Amino acid sequence: MLAADSAIRIVGVEKQFDTQQGPIRALARTDFTVRKDEFAVLLGPSGCGKTTMLRLMAGLEYPTSGAVEISGRPLWRDEQRDDSAAAHMGIVFQEPNLFPWLSIEDNIALPLKLRGINKVARRERARKLCELVGISGFEQRWPRELSGGMRQRAAIARALSYDPEILLMDEPFGALDAITRDAMNIELQQIWLATSKTIVLVTHSIPEAVFLADRVVLLTVRPGRIDEVIEVPFARPRQMDVQSDPSFQSIVAHLRHRLQH
Amino acid sequence: MSNEVAQPRDKPHTRRGFRPSDVPTSIASLLLLFAFMAVWEGYVRFFDVSTFLLPPPSLVIVEWIRSLGTASLWFHTWITTYETILGFVIAAVIGVGLGAVLGKLPKLEQTLNPFIIATQVVPKVALVPLFVVWFGFGLAPKVIIAAVLAFFPILLNTILGVKSVDRGHREVLISINASRWQSITQLEFPSSLPYILTGMEIGIVLAIIGAVVGEYLGGNQGLGNLAVKEMNSYNTTALFAVIIHLSLLGFIFYAVLVGTRRFVIPWHESVQIDRK
Repeated sequence: MLAADSAIRIVGVEKQFDTQQGPIRALARTDFTVRKDEFAVLLGPSGCGKTTMLRLMAGLEYPTSGAVEISGRPLWRDEQRDDSAAAHMGIVFQEPNLFPWLSIEDNIALPLKLRGINKVARRERARKLCELVGISGFEQRWPRELSGGMRQRAAIARALSYDPEILLMDEPFGALDAITRDAMNIELQQIWLATSKTIVLVTHSIPEAVFLADRVVLLTVRPGRIDEVIEVPFARPRQMDVQSDPSFQSIVAHLRHRLQH
Repeated sequence: MSNEVAQPRDKPHTRRGFRPSDVPTSIASLLLLFAFMAVWEGYVRFFDVSTFLLPPPSLVIVEWIRSLGTASLWFHTWITTYETILGFVIAAVIGVGLGAVLGKLPKLEQTLNPFIIATQVVPKVALVPLFVVWFGFGLAPKVIIAAVLAFFPILLNTILGVKSVDRGHREVLISINASRWQSITQLEFPSSLPYILTGMEIGIVLAIIGAVVGEYLGGNQGLGNLAVKEMNSYNTTALFAVIIHLSLLGFIFYAVLVGTRRFVIPWHESVQIDRK
């Protein structure tokens, strides 16, 4: 594959955590390339290293060995993260992690404030993003006044605020109820289609993975490594009822089978 | 509880009887205060207690109102206020500054921790005579005692606040390439503010205690000194009036600080709960 087609490349990446009980191998030697503009989903059981893999891509963890490239540029130089490479990525965490002392609007525009963009432009951008993620009218509220789903929408808007090419999402809907979760999946697909970003999303929900992904990356436990990569063929935009499609169910059944062995 | 469960759910609220919980808490507090004073007044009158031992509240209030018209009371009030506020400000500046540094440097904090604990368990008012020896009978020893007492809760709460910054919030700032200075102004400072304010609320009360104890033991100014003078002239009623005056002064300081919460950290749970 040409380097120009890759959004993220991890080459021979390995991650070991040193704990008091001795070293833990979170991720075995792994090679993987996230294609530009694709929706990739990292799927696996708890403790399989999928979050570690995402955090390595995000530059939140330093690889024990191997290299990470963002849009063809090395993410690390002399153990220092290259901020200009990191600026290509927006990260959505398991928790919304909104700052309780900032209004929703100020939370969303915080990355722009740090970049020195003026208040009028920030407000304008925050308003547009609220519209995109479906929380218009809540710009002036405190985070604590919003529901869990709406807070996570605001967190997505914050990650999109500086228009990064890549969105990394670590189980962003894990804390939400099933109904809200379905709605968020539909909306995330819409946002992805509207903004044409590269998305890497971590989940342990098989249907969520198959519904969202162009490619599902299946990881196995101890040490974490890639077991299989599955292309998901369904046309976009997908509706929730794609889940009753027999070929959807056969992919789900296959993944479930692989996870049990 | 059980008969509440038995009631039909759609029973209109207006139909139910009066309950003590219907009284607004502010009025309930006032009623409690009046009840306390009534018991006090009744006890003194019924058992014919000597005014020298325990004056009835009616006399104390009359004496307090009378003293409000004298220049002397306001002079002493000003002195005590000055000592308290100056001591508190010194404690706040040093406490927040040092607390922020120690919160960021855990190694230094661990090294200094035994000394912080040691200085904390020393009954600091026992140092008052020493301060009088060192700094004389003027305002300086009182200001210093007020500052020393107010310092520790402010220091410890600031350290706690800086150390309690949420990990997830930190990672957000890392992910958006925040500089060291940006993470202090955007995250660490606002996140520590509720802790700092709590330290200050404890600190201001201790500052006034420090100032008054200092006045007991040295010099001839301030409300603490006025209380000692009344005691020496066996005027218990006037002594009580000074105590009431001091309590009100302390209450005002405390209320001002608590009141700033609303403006400084309107987003915080403690403010939200008050609003309900």
